[in-house]
Amino acid sequence: MSLPLVRILVDRVVGALVVLCVMVAAIPVLVLFLFVVIKGFPGLLTPGFFTDPPHPQGVPGGGVLNAIIGTLEIVGIGSLLAVPVGALIGIFLSEYGRNQVGDTVRFISDVLTGLPSIAFGIFGYTVVVLTTHHFSALSASIALAVLMLPVILRATETALLLIPNSLREAGLALGAPRWRVTLEIVVPAALGGIVTGALLAMARAAGETAPLLFTAFGNDIVQTNPLQPMGALALTVFRNALVPYPNLQDQAWAAALLLVILVAATNILARLYVGRIQR
Amino acid sequence: MSRGTAERVVSAPLVAASHQRRFVLGDRIFRAIAYGAALLIMVIAVIFLIALVIPALPAMTKFGLGFFTSRTWDPVRNQFGALAAIYGTLVTSAIALLIAFPIGLGAALFLAEDARLSLLRGPLSFLIELLAGIPSVVIGLWAFFILTALMRDKVDPFLQHTLGFLPLLKGTPSGYGFLTASLVLAIMVLPIMIALSRDVIRAVPRELREASLALGATNAETIWSVILPYARVGITGAVLLSLGRALGETIAVTMVIGNTMQISASLFASGYTLPSVIANEFTEATGNVYLGSLFYLGVVLVLITIAVNVLARLLIWRFTGSGRAAA
Amino acid sequence: MQTEVVPPPAADPGIEIKLDARMVNFFYGDFQALHEASLSVQARKITALIGPSGCGKTTFLRVFNRMYDLVPGTRATGEVLIDGHNVLSPDTDVINLRRQVGMLFQRANPFPKSIFDNVAYGPHMLGWSKQRINQVVEESLKDTGLWNEVKDRLHRSALNLSGGQQQRLCLARALAVKPEVVLMDEPASALDPIATLRIEELMQELKERYTIVIVTHNMQQAARASDFTAFMLMNQKRAGEVIEFGATDDIFNRPKDSRTEDYITGRFG
Repeated sequence: MSLPLVRILVDRVVGALVVLCVMVAAIPVLVLFLFVVIKGFPGLLTPGFFTDPPHPQGVPGGGVLNAIIGTLEIVGIGSLLAVPVGALIGIFLSEYGRNQVGDTVRFISDVLTGLPSIAFGIFGYTVVVLTTHHFSALSASIALAVLMLPVILRATETALLLIPNSLREAGLALGAPRWRVTLEIVVPAALGGIVTGALLAMARAAGETAPLLFTAFGNDIVQTNPLQPMGALALTVFRNALVPYPNLQDQAWAAALLLVILVAATNILARLYVGRIQR
Repeated sequence: MSRGTAERVVSAPLVAASHQRRFVLGDRIFRAIAYGAALLIMVIAVIFLIALVIPALPAMTKFGLGFFTSRTWDPVRNQFGALAAIYGTLVTSAIALLIAFPIGLGAALFLAEDARLSLLRGPLSFLIELLAGIPSVVIGLWAFFILTALMRDKVDPFLQHTLGFLPLLKGTPSGYGFLTASLVLAIMVLPIMIALSRDVIRAVPRELREASLALGATNAETIWSVILPYARVGITGAVLLSLGRALGETIAVTMVIGNTMQISASLFASGYTLPSVIANEFTEATGNVYLGSLFYLGVVLVLITIAVNVLARLLIWRFTGSGRAAA
Repeated sequence: MQTEVVPPPAADPGIEIKLDARMVNFFYGDFQALHEASLSVQARKITALIGPSGCGKTTFLRVFNRMYDLVPGTRATGEVLIDGHNVLSPDTDVINLRRQVGMLFQRANPFPKSIFDNVAYGPHMLGWSKQRINQVVEESLKDTGLWNEVKDRLHRSALNLSGGQQQRLCLARALAVKPEVVLMDEPASALDPIATLRIEELMQELKERYTIVIVTHNMQQAARASDFTAFMLMNQKRAGEVIEFGATDDIFNRPKDSRTEDYITGRFG
């Protein structure tokens, strides 16, 4: 009877290790959240945090208004570019893409997904910054739009493929041309999945730092002109963390918390939207 | 051909009338637009590759392939080579996977199929997905202020005390360097590692698992002799995709690796990775050759990640059948 | 085995043939799914297609409104004459054909829109006036007996209706574009007996104005509800053939072909 005992023992040990692994994987998240909330929350309450531009280094006070506006505007313009194009490519993939062209698009999309985010920054730098000769929010938006594209188009394709063919047939059997069936029946039915994909892409774009370094560049004054350099929350976190002024470091934590809240809220919105549509 | 009786009042002719052609025309236009969008992403991809190379040209023409083998990085003498950065990238990514692979696989096994603690599975999955969504600059911030101190004061001295005879663990730990960067990367690739492995493990046919259990095998034996062999290819794909992510991670690594261009055997030493050089030195780079060398590093980075990703996709496609989204 | 060529049910000149399928062959790529299938459908009558599963009933039905156009690699030969025009010919305006030949599917497939928008979809597409659309929506819902059940919630989602109601809504949606022929592909296969009966009653009311072709796997339904019945079977190459076609009463009580008899007695016990 010694063999079964060994086997049972091994089984127990493996079972325990597996649980240990999942705990180890979950702990960093909890620790991270704890620190970001504890260290960032006081900064959020500082007067002027939401309403003032940053003060020069060494001068206490100041806020991140420039960065809040920048993140919203950069991601907003990027989404305006990426969502229609991405959704259209998704429609192409699901309705016309069962062929070589479709597979090529899927391959490109997968390769783009795997590229380091800094590469998108270089793309925006060469295509916009080098040609216009200065850094701009627009170059960041274009870089982020390309970064968002694969997420949106894959989400759209998946959502459209989930729509049963019988719905397409019902429309066509009424004598509707295919393009109207696609736009008036299939796409509205899949809207939940498409919106979710778009929101997830926006959440990811809002958190990116590396692509902004060579495009938006950063700007300490409040700037709304997309053709000018612009600040962003992610840039504030990155730059303020590395300077030796405690008030700026506190601001970095607060900006990080704000960024996490923004990203989490977008994610939650995406999930809620799916829930509402599916009901 | 027609029968006399069949020719009663017909509301609309079945033969295409000219005003009906617009429907067909509409379909054609829509198809053309959809194909146009597909073409657009191909054009973007081509421009993307060209855009990566253009700013790197001054350095590419000056250093050629020698760039890959030179460990010099001297802005004063305008001499640049990628070797130290490539070394740092490969070492940190490799150690990160060494840490993340067993933990990720274990967690994936738990989340995919473990019947115990099933109440915990939902929240744990959620937490790990949450980790995937945290911006890397936030992880970097946390690592920069908290993790480096922890490493310097606790972990590194402990490692040195117990395993200090290894050349890997020589030197004075500052908290910044390869080991900390690897740890940060491990944390960052864990969610991908777990999610992909979990999906691959779930794709193992239920009958196979049940057949093994029905023969009297324990859970552990089933994992070892049925699940892992079956899922091997897919898990390899998951590891490669995680590797692709680790190689290209920029900001968090830049904040903790110490940013020194050197090749050192010690894990406590500071170093550099390809993306962190670019991120860190971009603003201070002067002159075409210096700036071009940074972008040359970008080209090297993109080539490595594309190679790793394509390999990973091929493995995963082979495992799941196709790259087309599941219907 | 040689299929006997089926003559039209009667040579009586007073009979109006609405849809006349002659020697139709149908292919999915290399596979032949229909072999020389012929069928003469009388106007304002109900014609049922019966036979074991896989015998090509649904395929045959889908040839009539060219729904197979959606599947790449398919083609049909032969003739399907509607009002004297061959719908299989390339110059057919498929959009118009499908308006004249409506279809009801196996499972209710309402659009995820409001009840009103479902019925109004076809008329809206044809660019009818708002007033005419309102009118036709009401008519169609009355024709399918839904009006009284849904008139207070026309703008609620169609997905909240019961299965039987959804199927009747789909019928109303098909009728709204004023088709002449209605094709029904096992319309009651997913419904409970009461909802099924309701659909059959509707068919009897509608045949005053419409020509109906119904595919069914339910013998009793064919016997109860149809005027004419075609029995189909796969040949050795797995292609569907029409074995026998005639008045429903004859097919069920006095089948001429032994295969029809075997099938019917086998099913009726």
